[in-house]
Amino acid sequence: MYPPDLKYTKDHEWIRIGGATARVGITDYAQKQLGDVVYLELPAVGRTLKKGEVFGTIESVKAVSELYSPVSGEVTEVNSSLTQKPETVNKDPHGSWMIGLKVSDAAESGDLLDASQYTDLTK
Amino acid sequence: MTQPGSAALKKTPLNARHRAAGARMVDFAGWDMPVEYSGIVDEHVAVRTRAGLFDVSHMGEIEIAGTDALAAVQRITSNDASRLAVGQVQYAALTTPQGTFVDDVLTYRLAESHFMLVVNASNIMKDFRWITDHVQEAGDAVAVNTSPRYALLALQGPAALQVLQSLTGIDLAGMKYYWFANGEVAAVKATVSRTGYTGEDGFEVFVAPGAAERVWDAIIDAGREAGVIPAGLGARDTLRLEASMRLYGNDMDETTTVLEADLGWIVGWKKPDFIGADVLRDQKATGVTRKLVGFEMIDRAIGRHGYDVYVDGRKAGVVTSGTQTPFLKKAIGMAYLPADRSETGTHFEIDVRGRRLKAAVVPTPFYKRAR
Repeated sequence: MYPPDLKYTKDHEWIRIGGATARVGITDYAQKQLGDVVYLELPAVGRTLKKGEVFGTIESVKAVSELYSPVSGEVTEVNSSLTQKPETVNKDPHGSWMIGLKVSDAAESGDLLDASQYTDLTK
Repeated sequence: MTQPGSAALKKTPLNARHRAAGARMVDFAGWDMPVEYSGIVDEHVAVRTRAGLFDVSHMGEIEIAGTDALAAVQRITSNDASRLAVGQVQYAALTTPQGTFVDDVLTYRLAESHFMLVVNASNIMKDFRWITDHVQEAGDAVAVNTSPRYALLALQGPAALQVLQSLTGIDLAGMKYYWFANGEVAAVKATVSRTGYTGEDGFEVFVAPGAAERVWDAIIDAGREAGVIPAGLGARDTLRLEASMRLYGNDMDETTTVLEADLGWIVGWKKPDFIGADVLRDQKATGVTRKLVGFEMIDRAIGRHGYDVYVDGRKAGVVTSGTQTPFLKKAIGMAYLPADRSETGTHFEIDVRGRRLKAAVVPTPFYKRAR
């Protein structure tokens, strides 16, 4: 059920890497844990993130959770239509990208989990 | 996902039903309870528009009986229990000598000299010790913790009356709000009260634990056509907050008085002395310094439990409950504010994870059902 073309973190983000750019969202497991999402706060374009740094917050009816960048890079795009309709994260978590990044260190992605490793983690 | 299967958690008689229905389970006050089944928003809207079925068997029951039972209840609770007819229910505070809350309770008058207090799950043992210590002062009265004898189901929503009526001979339409009757539900001996914690019409059904699954199944079956779904503690919390019903441990506790919690209407001012009455009378005469109010966020954010409140730039209180309401689709909550800054329309700020965001005092309840 976890798309094989994505990589995953232990903090339950996914990242789709295509060359020097990437898009980031949260996993199906994460949206289930959160429940109904009502707010999404994302960074400004141009912000530089380190791997593991908080890039935003996601809030459901019952909880607040921070979003962590899976790799280091510069924010090149922000999905503002998602902040307008944050409940989309519940319906289509792996299609709901939050930020786009220009990846600064391709070697970092070596620590990310693949779909089967992530599936094991969430069992 | 891995679900907590800890043997240390207490389970209600409906635990297997929740797990079979795929509920997300959480540790609530030491109980393994369903927080949501289909989702908080879905369940919340179902209760507002159709009906939802809740397992609230974790709640406690403490019965007080004896020739001086009324005097005992009058001594330990804030409200005037002498105004209760047999078959009637009343909301009250179990008060400390400081006029604060040991707990908030529903008092059922089962018979002339026999009462049942329905208490919060987290407080059962504390309440029972407190009540045992204090009923003796009233004379011939004993308290018994009868919690293990009851499972408690709550069917809440506009369809509750029609669905439950199909399973019982009790005349539910003729039952007034905050009254109860004994009879059968799904051929099981039951006590049914027109009470709830959702701001919606509905009923609470007390049955023996061994019969709980049968009654649960019967209500789900009878309610299928009307769209009745199981609902968890998550929706119970958003529903009660929309109706501005207080939650013990969040909105009031042993540090807040009944008047500070803006619950003066549950104080029997004319009844004989009760624990904490002198403090509450003083506060009524001189006024409280802080008061629980309802608020709505002006900025886009949720002010949650424990967040600090700032008035005129100074820390002046705390948020006690806050959420995004699924039905009204607004960020609402309750907070303690200085009494002189608690009027409707007052603007203040809430520290939302380091950012001071605007909110305003609004009238409560946030939601009131059409009658």
